[in-house]
Amino acid sequence: MDRSISGAGGGRGARPTAHELARYESLFATRTRAMKSSAMREMMALTERSDVISLAGGLPDTKTFAPELYAKLMAQVAASATARALQYGPTEGMASTVECIVQVMAAEGTAIDPGEVIVTTGGQQVIDLVCKALIDPGDVIVAEAPTYPGAVPTFSAYQAEVEQIEMDADGMPIDELETVLDRLQAEGRRPKFIYTIPNFQNPGGVTMSLPRRRRLVEVAHERELLILEDNPYGLLRYEGEPLPTLHSLDAQLGAGGGAADLVIYLGTFSKILSPGLRLGWSVAPRPVLEKLNLGKQGSDLCSSPVTQLFVAEYFKERDAGGEPRWLGYLDQLKDLYRSRRDTMLEALEEHFGEGASWTQPLGGLFVWATLDERIDTTDLLAQARKSEGVAFVPGRAAYMDGRRGSSSMRLNFAGTDEADIREGIRRIGKVVRQQLGLYGSLTGSGSRAPGDPAATGPATEPTAATSDRAEADAQPKPPLADVVAFPRREQDGSARRQQDR
Amino acid sequence: MSSPGRVVVLKGGRSLERNVSLRSGAHAQEALTRLGHEVIAIDVDEGFVEQLLSAAPEAALVALHGPDGEDGTLQSLLESIGLPYTGSGPAACMCCTDKALAKHLMRGAGIPTPDFHSFRESWIEQLGAAQALPSVERSIGFPLVVKPVSQGSALGVKFARSSDELPGALVGAFSYGSKILIERYVKGRDLAVSVLDGPEGPLPLPVVEAVPREEDFYDYESRYEIGMTTFVCPAELSDEQTARAQELALSVYKLLGCHGVARVDLLLDEQSGELWVLEANVVPGMTETSLLPQAADAAGIGFDELIARVLQSAFTR
Repeated sequence: MDRSISGAGGGRGARPTAHELARYESLFATRTRAMKSSAMREMMALTERSDVISLAGGLPDTKTFAPELYAKLMAQVAASATARALQYGPTEGMASTVECIVQVMAAEGTAIDPGEVIVTTGGQQVIDLVCKALIDPGDVIVAEAPTYPGAVPTFSAYQAEVEQIEMDADGMPIDELETVLDRLQAEGRRPKFIYTIPNFQNPGGVTMSLPRRRRLVEVAHERELLILEDNPYGLLRYEGEPLPTLHSLDAQLGAGGGAADLVIYLGTFSKILSPGLRLGWSVAPRPVLEKLNLGKQGSDLCSSPVTQLFVAEYFKERDAGGEPRWLGYLDQLKDLYRSRRDTMLEALEEHFGEGASWTQPLGGLFVWATLDERIDTTDLLAQARKSEGVAFVPGRAAYMDGRRGSSSMRLNFAGTDEADIREGIRRIGKVVRQQLGLYGSLTGSGSRAPGDPAATGPATEPTAATSDRAEADAQPKPPLADVVAFPRREQDGSARRQQDR
Repeated sequence: MSSPGRVVVLKGGRSLERNVSLRSGAHAQEALTRLGHEVIAIDVDEGFVEQLLSAAPEAALVALHGPDGEDGTLQSLLESIGLPYTGSGPAACMCCTDKALAKHLMRGAGIPTPDFHSFRESWIEQLGAAQALPSVERSIGFPLVVKPVSQGSALGVKFARSSDELPGALVGAFSYGSKILIERYVKGRDLAVSVLDGPEGPLPLPVVEAVPREEDFYDYESRYEIGMTTFVCPAELSDEQTARAQELALSVYKLLGCHGVARVDLLLDEQSGELWVLEANVVPGMTETSLLPQAADAAGIGFDELIARVLQSAFTR
């Protein structure tokens, strides 16, 4: 000890570096190097404290579910099926749960064959199983930009390369998608699937238009690519007419004999009932379904029979008028969330003001707000949490490179009551004004940083520039284009240039 | 301490380094348990003092990172209730936590530290301190580093390559604290020398080099995730460089009045070959990827022995 403690010279060869870290490191799989953590995650851990107003979570409001009903349903499960509830179940899921899934899908206007369903442990497991089945290291996934922050670590863990396509008011521009697919082909890179959340996208809050949905399914067929349609919020629509699922459009094309041919559908009970149940599902073409099933066997054998039976009991419930009770609860949630969304939009109008823009979601749980380009929302979160006790998800979390989206944030309006939504937005607005004021003082301009902003960051204002082939895309729909925060694409792709400070 | 007794491990807290602290604390707890101590872990929050008093321990092991645990106020509190605690006392903690103060002291003592100026956020508004920026830019030059004076773990550390980038870097760094440093950027190798007290007094441990896997900056992410940074210990340095780094670390430890254990971060200038001291940390990380445990290991001091020595520092003040 004496020698090494006082004079450790002599370089690497003098002593094997057999410390703990290197020992573990040599045992870890290569893919763990691609697994990412971030300062943001450290900060998010702090937002769980009770004195912080968190608009960060992806939470529905589970306080709305009647405790008596919960107790009653559990008692029914106990009375009718204790042994089954406590036993392993089939990997593909219990038949009674699959029947409920058929009902939910029907409510979305999508007819399915129960034999094409696999019940999963939350919708998140579908993303994991699809990657497990399809992705070799280096394979390409095409996703929206921004994309679901929860998919980012999954894609990273499977060492996928992700191409992100900037959305506009109507979701993913399909001509841009085709450009990317052409480029990938020219580069000899292999896209395996296109990941999209067509309804009330998380985190973007926008919805893919019908022409784009049709065109997306066509493109998938032209190029023999799979689509992973992630649809957790489709039934949480607060206004406007529902649009058909990609799954149903695929089925209409008829190539799969009435079933979807290239769409892997992801659904979940998390947002229409409870995330605590950890129950989701996939409806997939049979060859894919087989691989998902094999993957699930290795992951967890089966999803919880306790909660599957709970769902089955819940779907048997009828209200006084004989209507399914789950539909009544859905209406109750929609009324609640619609009102909270409106509160958030009002609060944003009042407190975010000039220089900021945000989406006006027709459903779902999230608003995506984009601030003055000089604000970095990761830093903003540090200050907002510390000085104001409020939290949100910084935009970078929705980008694979962790750099783009730096002026944006995701705000959840569903899991917080209206007073806290107002107060939370007020507090964020206050910190934004402080930071902009500081900028102004530092630059002497009061409003603009020196230099050409277009050269340092993505445009934040929507522009009319568009070159979509789809006719419906040629003109931005005024009601949507007026309110959406996403930049319309620019020909040179500068809207996607990363903000590098 | 003659026989193992009851020890509280203080961890968690509300700082941005909460998660790191929880991991440090958990590691220390395991080691103390193996050493035969009765261990009570306290996540420092509202019920802290009450928990501490009811636990009636013989000593407290401080594993609280960030301002909560390192700015000296916790240490003062522990002294006020007469509880022996590990590591440095209030004065050394205050010096190390305020990087600007530490650098002033170092400069005064002739210890090389990169040129710097410190700024307070309120000065910008109240004193029009933005007017001073051009002269700061001239004296420090680009690229430069902006960092909060009292954050560890590289949180809030920003680069500016030109005047255009400076306001953004300042606003970013001010998000993490009201006082910041503007420091000359030294391109070079990241070194850390931990100093550990022992029977013969404080001795520097072998030098650890942190080699980031990714280009750019040794950032917060890579510092705490296994695999994101490669650590080399002992660092591949000449005997003279090693001796110089250890000598500097020990001088800083003594200068700032540290006690028990501290980690001194240095840079080896790739152009001049000079060593620069950046800062000292009074509550070094104890996670599986932390530099102190690695350095101790390279010196033949296992983790349990390291923790035993750190604990001993509570009784040798």
